[in-house]
Amino acid sequence: MNWTRKDLIAIEDLRPEEIVHVLDTALTFEEVGQRDVKKVPALRGKTMVNLFIEPSTRTRTSFELAAHRLSADVVNIMATASSITKGETLKDTALNLQALHADIIVIRHSSAGAAKFLADRLDVSVINAGDGAHEHPTQALLDAFTIRQKKGRIAGLNVTILGDILYSRVARSNIHLLTKLGANVTLAGPSTLVPRVFEQLGCRVCYNVEEAIADADVINLLRIQHERQRQTMFPSIGEYATIFGLTKERFARTKPDALIMHPGPINRGVEIDSDLADCKRSVILQQVSHGLAVRMAVLYLCASVQPVEEAA
Amino acid sequence: MKQTCVMDTVAMDRALTRMAHEIVERSEDLGKIALVGIQGGGVRLAQRLAAKLQEITGKAVPCGMLDITMHRDDLSLRKKPPVARQTNIQFDVTGRHIIFVDDVLYTGRSTRAAMSEITDFGRPARIQLAVLVDRGHRELPIRADYVGKNIPTSKEQKVRVLAEEVIVE
Amino acid sequence: MNNLTIRNGRVIDPANKVDTVRDVYVRDGKIAAEPAPDAIVVDAAGLVVTPGLIDLHVHLREPGRSDKETIETGTRCAAFGGFTSVVCMPNTSPAADNTGTIAFIKQRAEAVGCVNVLPTGAITKNLEGAELAPIGSLKRAGIVAITDDGHCVQSNEIMRRALEYAKMFELPLMDHCQDNNLVSDGVMHEGYWSHLLGLKGWPSIGEEIIVARNIMLAEQVDWHVHCQHLSSAGSVRLVREAKKRGVKIFAEACPHHFTLTDESCKGYDANFKMSPPLREPRDVEAILEGLADGTIEVICSDHAPHCAFEKEVEFDKAPFGILGLETELALSLMALVHKKLLTLPQLVEKFTTGPARLLRLDKGTLSVGADADITVMDPAREWVYDVNQTSSKSRNTPFHGWAMKGKAVTTIVGGRVVWPKK
Repeated sequence: MNWTRKDLIAIEDLRPEEIVHVLDTALTFEEVGQRDVKKVPALRGKTMVNLFIEPSTRTRTSFELAAHRLSADVVNIMATASSITKGETLKDTALNLQALHADIIVIRHSSAGAAKFLADRLDVSVINAGDGAHEHPTQALLDAFTIRQKKGRIAGLNVTILGDILYSRVARSNIHLLTKLGANVTLAGPSTLVPRVFEQLGCRVCYNVEEAIADADVINLLRIQHERQRQTMFPSIGEYATIFGLTKERFARTKPDALIMHPGPINRGVEIDSDLADCKRSVILQQVSHGLAVRMAVLYLCASVQPVEEAA
Repeated sequence: MKQTCVMDTVAMDRALTRMAHEIVERSEDLGKIALVGIQGGGVRLAQRLAAKLQEITGKAVPCGMLDITMHRDDLSLRKKPPVARQTNIQFDVTGRHIIFVDDVLYTGRSTRAAMSEITDFGRPARIQLAVLVDRGHRELPIRADYVGKNIPTSKEQKVRVLAEEVIVE
Repeated sequence: MNNLTIRNGRVIDPANKVDTVRDVYVRDGKIAAEPAPDAIVVDAAGLVVTPGLIDLHVHLREPGRSDKETIETGTRCAAFGGFTSVVCMPNTSPAADNTGTIAFIKQRAEAVGCVNVLPTGAITKNLEGAELAPIGSLKRAGIVAITDDGHCVQSNEIMRRALEYAKMFELPLMDHCQDNNLVSDGVMHEGYWSHLLGLKGWPSIGEEIIVARNIMLAEQVDWHVHCQHLSSAGSVRLVREAKKRGVKIFAEACPHHFTLTDESCKGYDANFKMSPPLREPRDVEAILEGLADGTIEVICSDHAPHCAFEKEVEFDKAPFGILGLETELALSLMALVHKKLLTLPQLVEKFTTGPARLLRLDKGTLSVGADADITVMDPAREWVYDVNQTSSKSRNTPFHGWAMKGKAVTTIVGGRVVWPKK
């Protein structure tokens, strides 16, 4: 398998064998994380910029740690501290970073398409750490890594994604990845947040939670995010928890080996019963650990691809 | 390309047996020895060597595998990232007598990477190198402690270690 | 001066039901029955001669945003595109909700415009949808219609009163049909592609519900409401049904809405972002049908220049709108005439008698005595649109590099050749 991408923008762009290659490479890095010295010199001398135009602690920290473990230098630029708030355009910000000879830009942005926007204009590696409601490819990769580790495979599994699909980049990346690797994907949640058009991507859409999780091997819960929603999508957090939350009663009627996943941060008592979040079948914290290995793999692969010289 | 078999199944096995005996002869403390196969061609050879050591000494010798991809010195010169493989070292490296096992010793750069990487697991008491074939053309001050066969080659030639034989083309 | 003889062209003059090869004479800036003795001869053999085309929907950006476009540069685009009159929208800065702004536009047009500029006035003060603009005074100052284009009057009460009031002055009302609650912060058509791309949806219903309202108000008040840039199949159906009942409802379509679909947004290129947005193939088909069966009687550009630095941003942060004056004739010929959905005379109607009737203009005709606004075009000429050669101050077009078929070759305003420039 030849990895030829300098950027990771969307799972939609990837071929199934590319996805598997990232997951395989991440296995190598998972081992590195268990050593005394959890660091390899693979990206020594390279500079990674965390360009976070939308606040995020966990994804930024995960990328930062991943870069450190690859021996890259890291610069963090947050929306509040950056000149973005002073009216500089994204294009100008990006060109400035390139002028500082950054090698990798990890971008988190509230606008869908922002990562592609940078990748189209820059020679450096651009890694999408979440662009609006579009994609969050490393999250889907770490979810897949976790599923593969726990279940031994992805093809043929029943994966239910429950919650706000409409505004979720995690959902989109997961839908693309899981369908490419042959899982059966069910989307569930309030009809206002689970558009039927995703059936065109090969998913089942189901508005009844019990039915949606009955045969699930994996239940991936999405955060209910009020900040990203038009306010008219469902009546209240309380009603959401009652009708769609993963309660103990609902979980008791699922397959005995069904896994609970969540990209975090979790709203205890809303999308998931607090005890369930901590139960043995919850792999939420393992997802976080795997995120590190997967992001190391992505950084290593993308940053090791040299830009193709344009013919003069 | 013209291919020549320089080491057949019998010769290869004989070489490994001889190397195992040399290791035993020169070892001060057999209990400290651990073999580490370098990915990819060294892994299988390390396992065969470990089996031979067990035959000779009657004791199991720890055997691991090391992928040196992340420690290569040419990563930034390549157009595409080399494929990383599994590292698996299930024993404490500190204080051990580590013997790297590789199929072909050429420039010495893989060995340098391996030496650099193994210290991330601990501080070995001693590191030695066992190779099935030494083809010359060293670019670093590195030599093998145990050699199956010295094969003079030109830089244009390739040495391939297959499961049963060694071929120069 | 201003005396021309346009010789041997195929003259298409829908207002007079003319489609024949003959000469057209211009004397002292007017269409004449006989040639002037000193007339300059324009050879139009093999070409088509039509009344000067009218673009009912153009943003010239002056006053206020002359970094995007000016009356001078915008009218040069019009001349290149074969348009002799442009109807400019009131969302300038200050808005055209006062007679001073109208006077300024007319004065600039007189001084530097190379085609006729017909200003519209605002429906409400500062296009805010709250209080009526001084519509009567604006009429006296020379507006041809009222509209809050770019905005849509949300209050049904204000819309009703505006329509009743405008009727008194015989001013048509033009509406950008958009329900702000339904559209909210939508940036592209709500459908498969918006969901895939994670972009907020601008649903068809957000347009259709206002089209329906406008039909009901037009019927109630018995006065002309013109729905601007129809984009959805549902809107076309509503207008078609209302017209059958005799309601004074009119509609326009823009070339981008019948040549492109929402799939074009998949590269997040803001040159495909406009309001209303590009929609689905079935909507494109419905608009083409609406044009073919006369439901939509006007084609216009919604020429909306924006600076490169404004457009080259994140898709959801970019302003809506694209250039259009230079490409609309070719795109219309290609999508409608060359594909045999409309005859060439029927297409010419969409650019001449269609807008002229709505605005009660004595333009859009080659009748003797009319202003000598004339377009000479070659419907078969093949060319490539290069936006870097544009007269506009902006470059925001999705049609750069497109192979075009059909081009205005001479544009004549009041008997003067304004394009090509000497």
